[in-house]
Amino acid sequence: VKTILLMGNPNVGKSVLFSRLTGVYVTASNYPGTTVGFTKGFLRIGGEKAVLIDVPGTYTLEPTSRAEEVASKLLEQGDVIINVVDATNLERNLNLTLELIRREIPIIVALNLWDESKHTGISIDAKRLEEILGVPVVPTSAISGEGIKNLVSRIDEARAGTFVHSEEDRWSRIGSIVGEVQKVSHRHHTVLERLADASVIPATGIPIALLVLLAVFLVIRVIGEGLIRFVFEPIFERLWAPVIMRLSRVLTEGTFLHDVLIGKLIDGEIDFVQSLGLLTTGLFVPFAMVLPYVFAFYLVLSFLEDSGYLPRLGVLVDSVMHRLGLHGLSVIPMFLGLGCNVPGAMATRILETRRERFISATLMAICVPCMAQIAMIVGLVGRYGMLGLSLVFGTLFLVWFAMGVILNMILKGESPEIFVEIPAYRIPYAPALFQKLRVRTERFLREAVPWVIIGVLAVNILYALRVVDWIGKVAAPLVTGLLGLPREAVAALVIGFLRKDVAVGMLSPLGLGMRQLVVASVVLAMYFPCVATFIVLIKELGIKDMAKSAVIMATSAVAVGGILNVVLRAFGR
Amino acid sequence: LAQMESGESGTIVSITGGRGMVTRLDSMGMRVGVDVKKVSAQILRGPVTVQIGGTQLAIGFGMAQKILVEVPE
Repeated sequence: VKTILLMGNPNVGKSVLFSRLTGVYVTASNYPGTTVGFTKGFLRIGGEKAVLIDVPGTYTLEPTSRAEEVASKLLEQGDVIINVVDATNLERNLNLTLELIRREIPIIVALNLWDESKHTGISIDAKRLEEILGVPVVPTSAISGEGIKNLVSRIDEARAGTFVHSEEDRWSRIGSIVGEVQKVSHRHHTVLERLADASVIPATGIPIALLVLLAVFLVIRVIGEGLIRFVFEPIFERLWAPVIMRLSRVLTEGTFLHDVLIGKLIDGEIDFVQSLGLLTTGLFVPFAMVLPYVFAFYLVLSFLEDSGYLPRLGVLVDSVMHRLGLHGLSVIPMFLGLGCNVPGAMATRILETRRERFISATLMAICVPCMAQIAMIVGLVGRYGMLGLSLVFGTLFLVWFAMGVILNMILKGESPEIFVEIPAYRIPYAPALFQKLRVRTERFLREAVPWVIIGVLAVNILYALRVVDWIGKVAAPLVTGLLGLPREAVAALVIGFLRKDVAVGMLSPLGLGMRQLVVASVVLAMYFPCVATFIVLIKELGIKDMAKSAVIMATSAVAVGGILNVVLRAFGR
Repeated sequence: LAQMESGESGTIVSITGGRGMVTRLDSMGMRVGVDVKKVSAQILRGPVTVQIGGTQLAIGFGMAQKILVEVPE
């Protein structure tokens, strides 16, 4: 079987091209370095099947980062290379093309973003470029699908280039190639370009960033709450509750099966948050409390990713992140972590050094609650208004900053500097956006629903076996003494390992006051990541670093919880 | 490069840095003899954004200090 490699600079539409060629969905985003691992797919050329590998974006074959190491290793396996070139940026992209030609491997060039280059007033003579390089050159627009068929039909023509040059004179040769094949007609700056410049100049960029973040939270809230109020709550209350009530009468309250499936009735009615049965709380939490916010978050995140805003945010926050031993791009794992810590943990790969990955993963796991958890905290602490919420999230933010400063001082080494391409703003391509949204939402449901149900089941069984009572007794001095929480809150802390949103939900029937809710929410967020995140972090950091990180999490959670308890008490809350 | 005003253009005269840094800069089109335009600088010695041909790059302040640019009068 032939192996075809898809290679090119970051952010030239490789992943979109990959999904066009294979029909497989790949997460493609408008910021450099999305694909650090590589994706494999299959493709049919004529009647033959070939393997297609989406190689991480690379500027050069000399490995200068982890993504580029992967790329140059993969190069050895390829029979044919599709070199994806950004037509709007021919000069820089040809550097890699010439490096590939020097390796004497069969190449075909896909001159991608062809439509965009025309809009920006660039015209390239693809025929002439083909003659000069001695390899096939096919203009494509992966997003619209233009040129894809032509590309596939010409893959067999791929050949080693005939363009003779040495490494030393490559830039001058590139210069003369570009001069020969490319014409740039003068034109006015587009609105997007003006906006692009405005968003990296501090005077306008910081207000823009604040507006963007404000809009992000507003949109998430409006969509999330709207879905809950007008879609999910009515479904559960009007359609599902009567069914469950009928089942409840059949099973009769107090029997084992009733306890497990439906849970306790509150005042003879089902309370979807407090009943704690598999068919009540077990379904209500993932679908009606968490899913709407997760959906809204991913919608907004996908939009921000595809538009190209995130690297600009990275540039603006770079100075602040340096205090934490990180550089601006580490804002990306943190931001992703707000949706779900698992992709956040995986995104720490875009950072260069082990030290940075350790700091950012630890900070994210401790202080960045995921959307599921945020949704539950808002539902629970929200009744105390902005004061309660700002206590929880303000504390987490302060800890995030303080912990970063401390880690930066303790850990040896220094933080590398940001060095990243700022992609042009692009208006997200709607089908790709919705496809991404669908895949992310499905993944959430596939992973969350079983865990929530397992979590609820585990709680019920642990209660029945009196294990919770036992742990409660053992941990009582810590939980009741230091944190000022009732003994029953221990159960929530135990379940927090499985699923944090369920854990927060379990605080609800305990009748806690504001101080206790705030302390419990903060401690739950900090003390340990959920199982899924934990496993990914072990993979990303290695067992040793993860163990260190876990110790930091547990001790800081108890310390912060204890302090918060004392301080809030002093203020009479 | 670190001291240039935003909006100013010039030509890179020298890059003093390790081989790794020079290679990385080179692969993204930043090398001696190339024209750059400074797009923006951030407060507190934050990164510098530059325009080279059709590409915009953000470069850490420390790295920017090692890139010497001649600005025509």
